[in-house]
Amino acid sequence: MKKFRFQLIALALVVSIFTLAACGGTATTTTTAAGGETTTAAPDESTDGSTDGGAAIKIGGIGPLTGAAAVYGNAVYNGSKIALEEINALGDLQFELNFQDDEHDGEKAVNAYNTLKDWGMQILNGTVTTTPANSVTPEAFADRIFTLTPSASSPTVVEGKDNVFQLCFSDLNQGIAAAQYIADNKLGEKIAIIYNNADAYSTGIYEKFVSEAEAKGLEIVSTTTFTDETNDFTVQLTEAQNNGADLLFLPIYYQPASLVLSQAQAMSYETKVFGVDGMDGILTLENFDTTLAEGVMLLTPFVADATDERTVSFVEKYKEQFDEVPNQFAADGYDVMYALYEAAKKAGVTADMSAEEINDKLIEVFTSDDFSFDGLTGSGMTWSDTGEVSKEPKGMVIENGAYVGM
Amino acid sequence: MDFIAYLISGISLGSVYAIIALGYTMVYGIAKMLNFAHGDVIMIGGYVSFVATANLDLPPAVSIMIAVAVCTTLGIVIEKLAYKPLRAAPSLAVLITAIGVSYFLQNAALLIWSSNPKSYTSLFKFEPLKLLDGELTIASVTIVTVITGVIVMTTLSLIINKTKIGKAMRAVSEDKDAAQLMGIGVNKTITITFAIGSGLAAIAGVLLASAYPILTPTMGAMPGIKAFTAAVFGGIGSIPGAMLGGILLGVIEILGRAYISTQLSDAIVFSVLIIVLLVKPTGLLGKKISEKV
Repeated sequence: MKKFRFQLIALALVVSIFTLAACGGTATTTTTAAGGETTTAAPDESTDGSTDGGAAIKIGGIGPLTGAAAVYGNAVYNGSKIALEEINALGDLQFELNFQDDEHDGEKAVNAYNTLKDWGMQILNGTVTTTPANSVTPEAFADRIFTLTPSASSPTVVEGKDNVFQLCFSDLNQGIAAAQYIADNKLGEKIAIIYNNADAYSTGIYEKFVSEAEAKGLEIVSTTTFTDETNDFTVQLTEAQNNGADLLFLPIYYQPASLVLSQAQAMSYETKVFGVDGMDGILTLENFDTTLAEGVMLLTPFVADATDERTVSFVEKYKEQFDEVPNQFAADGYDVMYALYEAAKKAGVTADMSAEEINDKLIEVFTSDDFSFDGLTGSGMTWSDTGEVSKEPKGMVIENGAYVGM
Repeated sequence: MDFIAYLISGISLGSVYAIIALGYTMVYGIAKMLNFAHGDVIMIGGYVSFVATANLDLPPAVSIMIAVAVCTTLGIVIEKLAYKPLRAAPSLAVLITAIGVSYFLQNAALLIWSSNPKSYTSLFKFEPLKLLDGELTIASVTIVTVITGVIVMTTLSLIINKTKIGKAMRAVSEDKDAAQLMGIGVNKTITITFAIGSGLAAIAGVLLASAYPILTPTMGAMPGIKAFTAAVFGGIGSIPGAMLGGILLGVIEILGRAYISTQLSDAIVFSVLIIVLLVKPTGLLGKKISEKV
């Protein structure tokens, strides 16, 4: 009897350990990163370039290539690769990219960072997600390696670090922009919010949204939460419905959002839905019934079916090479490489400079008044001294399964 | 009215847990090992039926059969390759292997189907049941899941208690060595147990994906753990216990979320488990076995 009880307790312990591991959103294997897959400058092409004798500036990348968050890491990596090919083909400055897997885990991200440092990284393109970024950016700050993150959006990523910059909106700006957008366009008065309280991204947007919404006179009638592993949202939706919400604000990623939408429909609950950039991707979700997302509004910096020349060419290349429609993260990765390219050109960075020299030059360019960058995710981007980007969010609404500008 | 609605979604969630827990509890009851990869076999089942319906345009019934066939084979292969060589090893080694298999399956799915999530179209498309002038809706998948759960539970009990192979299973469960001496093929019996458990996992995968229509390579992990909890809650090794534990767990989770806190629902679930184990260490319907040492 005693022995049996002991066994059960041991089992309970094992389960709790297992649960913790699962909460980390990991899928562990000793993945030998996709590094090494580098594109080096084509030395035989005797264009004017090669002032550095074919030497390339070494750019390190860190992001989740496996595990639950792999979709973001792979998108950034793929987008960066496309930009890399284009940049190297321009023949001006040569870049080399070494992208390491962090499995969306802070500790592994630091290991990846150290691997890259040994490799001789001069600039960091990363990390893709916020949690690893919080572990890696202090290191990059101490080592004086210039860092431009494609998509780690929490304000904590750049806070107090003069050489860390964001290409994406910070969560603060998104929360504020969403509240302003809803108030200015009178999209709803009674607002229900469902957010993921296990996620820094979702919580960050939620907090700013609430304070701005109050200032704008919007009434928040229901606030409910969930965590990464939740798949039943009936309670959250019932509460929103009972409190008479006329607009549902979802500062969450598109996977849970797709469940929220399908369960709302199953409950016959009709409401306006407003999302943030994490909602982007819902239309490209394979086999997703897009009628569920009809009328969903969101703020996003990148739309794959935009008709400008650059986006069209990017989407075409991406589809050709990776057989899928690029999401916002892919565009972020692409833009990071180009922003680094333009800034490096402007600063006169060459491959033989030390990481610290490059760092100082790039900081100067990024914070200077006359540097602005046009990319896929916005035009006229400028950066503040704190490292946050300033660009205009685009309001989009889904009609007949496609994004339409509002 | 809300209470009844919550209760129904609790039963819906709980019956999914219950079907997964049935697979867990059967394998534990007979092979005396925790197959932590069970949740990931469920994920594979979901993906296979997705491929069959969405990519190959096969009818739902055929897709379920294919999923069951694939998962059964997978279960047998896993058992042969990963667990059988460890039959004599300490149970902890087997447990770690099971965790390894779990991660292997997740990453294999990542390679095959990529990290991009896929949206599953429910295979059960008939109209939801509307009661009390439409104030109460019971989704079609809920009805199917509850009915399937009861059928599976009854069939499993019958197999174990009334058939010859069931007798062998019970014998292996009680004492492997003695069973072998009596001429029972222990390895064969355990393989069959795994085959049945994995076939059940395929059905659970289809039901899970129909109820919560999103497929990711890690989708099986959390339901697997919850179902394991449910199996322990109901008394691990007990077939009706797994069913009861699963449904209670789902109901507690939803009611806890509705009336106590959306943030603490998982904590509530696991606290209930701890309390039950303190009061009744063998779980709700667990058998009291006094072990002679």
